[in-house]
Amino acid sequence: MDLYKDRSASDKIVRKISYLSKDLDEVKLCHVCGTHEHVITHYGIRTLLPENVQVVSGPGCPVCVTTQGEIEAAVKIAEKGAILTTYGDMIRVPSKRSLSDAKALGLDIRIVYSINDSINLAISNPDKKIVHFAIGFETTCPTTAISVLDSPDNFFVLSAHRLIPPAMDLLLSSGKINLSGFIDPGHVSTIIGTKPYEPISEKFHVPQVICGFEPNDVLMGIYLLLKQIKEKRAEVENEYTRGVRTEGNTKAQSLMNEVFEPCDIRWRGFPIIPRSGLSLKNKFSNKDAYKEFNIEIEDIPEEKGCSCPEVLRAEKNPRECLLFGDTCIPQNPKGPCMVSREGACYISYKYEKSLR
Amino acid sequence: MCLAVPGKVVEIKEKIGVVDFSGIKREVRLDLVDVKIGDYVIVHTGFAIEKMDEKDALESLEIWKEILKIQEDY
Ligand code: SF4
Repeated sequence: MDLYKDRSASDKIVRKISYLSKDLDEVKLCHVCGTHEHVITHYGIRTLLPENVQVVSGPGCPVCVTTQGEIEAAVKIAEKGAILTTYGDMIRVPSKRSLSDAKALGLDIRIVYSINDSINLAISNPDKKIVHFAIGFETTCPTTAISVLDSPDNFFVLSAHRLIPPAMDLLLSSGKINLSGFIDPGHVSTIIGTKPYEPISEKFHVPQVICGFEPNDVLMGIYLLLKQIKEKRAEVENEYTRGVRTEGNTKAQSLMNEVFEPCDIRWRGFPIIPRSGLSLKNKFSNKDAYKEFNIEIEDIPEEKGCSCPEVLRAEKNPRECLLFGDTCIPQNPKGPCMVSREGACYISYKYEKSLR
Repeated sequence: MCLAVPGKVVEIKEKIGVVDFSGIKREVRLDLVDVKIGDYVIVHTGFAIEKMDEKDALESLEIWKEILKIQEDY
């Protein structure tokens, strides 16, 4: 797999990109995946691109787009005596009441690496209710579906899952940013395949390329996008064929469809996006933490000062936020984008703080 | 969150497998994939989410070769 990291291959693709870009106007490409942001920033890919080719980061961090209302729901459930589990970075996200503050006050909130660890906790604590605060895009949803179908009675799911294509549609419908193409997320696509992106290309005439996570995957994706733009095509291409089949992982899709149904949900920085969330189907209400604990998502206004909403909508880059690197640093984050290892602010602080 | 890493399946016990990530071995759930020992899988939050197919990798390599070859031509 060295080809995907090979420097001389990168050089060749970069030369090809700059050759193509000469015939093009301003190009703004958007990715929607924290791991892509990491690869792009870590390898300095933006510095290799011609001046008229820009790559911006969109709502690709599940921790970042989870709302304060959902975090508050999780805290309330822990207050009702449940053991709450979730994935690492979620704990430190600032909120009306953050999970780490709630934990410091004595609530039983634990970090797990896998939902499977949470199920094991339920098995070893039969007299306790265990609730997994399930965040994540399509990559993660099938693992939650499995846990709903196969777990002890004292295990519940607080679903904060979200779907990526509706958010991409909204970014373009809002008309605020002028995007020329999408770098589609590799591991979301591993699950959903290429089809769900096609209506977006048709509706907005934008090209898309599904990309892997090595530097040359991303460069190749950018090259393929420029080529589509030049040829006035708007198709969904797959650069990451070693990890994404055209039809996706059909087993994972049918598990997701069995357990979840789409729901309308607000994202941090966004209004309610129709059919962009996943809630448990009625027949699994015995596993649904919202129902078991009788809790609804509150509407909590976003904090002033932090530019995460604009960063997540690809309208600002982190260094344009007045708090960046100053009052807001990873040790003392003011917003989720500085907490999460997939957040654009955290990644920029880690690799580019000298640029400011 | 969507971070996923490739590894090689070295043991299978029903739905649980042991996957070798360049020397580090971890238990991984195999519910979402049909694999045999020796296959490469992409692992996300403790679950294998797809097999890394050698044939697919080669197909992708073909695209690469083609593009790199065109590159040589100018
Ligand atoms: S730098 Fe901090 S305050 Fe500014 S947008 Fe990022 S997380 Fe929010």
